[in-house]
Amino acid sequence: MLIAGSAALSGCISVNAPDKPIVIELNINIKQEVIYRLAADAANTIKENSDIF
Amino acid sequence: MGMTMQTSKFRRRAPGLAALFLSAAALTEPALAEDYNSAKAAGLIGERMDGYVGVVGAGTPELRRIADDTNIKRKAVYAEQAQSQHATVEEYAFTSGCLLIAKTSPGMKYQAPDGSWKTRTTAPPLRDSRCP
Repeated sequence: MLIAGSAALSGCISVNAPDKPIVIELNINIKQEVIYRLAADAANTIKENSDIF
Repeated sequence: MGMTMQTSKFRRRAPGLAALFLSAAALTEPALAEDYNSAKAAGLIGERMDGYVGVVGAGTPELRRIADDTNIKRKAVYAEQAQSQHATVEEYAFTSGCLLIAKTSPGMKYQAPDGSWKTRTTAPPLRDSRCP
């Protein structure tokens, strides 16, 4: 009976929240290949709008 | 450079100077840029991972105004460029964030991948693994 009890307990799932917030949640779908593709244009944009960058 | 002007006093003394103060509006744009640059250099405003600036710590209403103004302008530029590059605004902004964090000078603040503000040193900044 004790073994049956512990077998039932081993199926428990922990639902504790992580200590740190998941910061990159909003950016999670941005792929590296897209970033690399945009990098040159973004660098140029930064250079041309130096007052806000 | 202080920008408080006692226009009423000057108008009484020298009416000819009124024209100078009419151009005050033109002077406020460069002044805003100066505050933005000095706030960044002092680490009061930092570069966020998502391509926008954030006020570091409690901040002040003035710093929040500078940050909001900067972010509104950045978003407009991101949206325009993203459209021409066939990407989402978020993708373009995040890409810019990668580059802007790389461009920070020692003493500036930037957001590390774990979300915390870090002070830039001469060492390379901590960036998302997707950054170029």
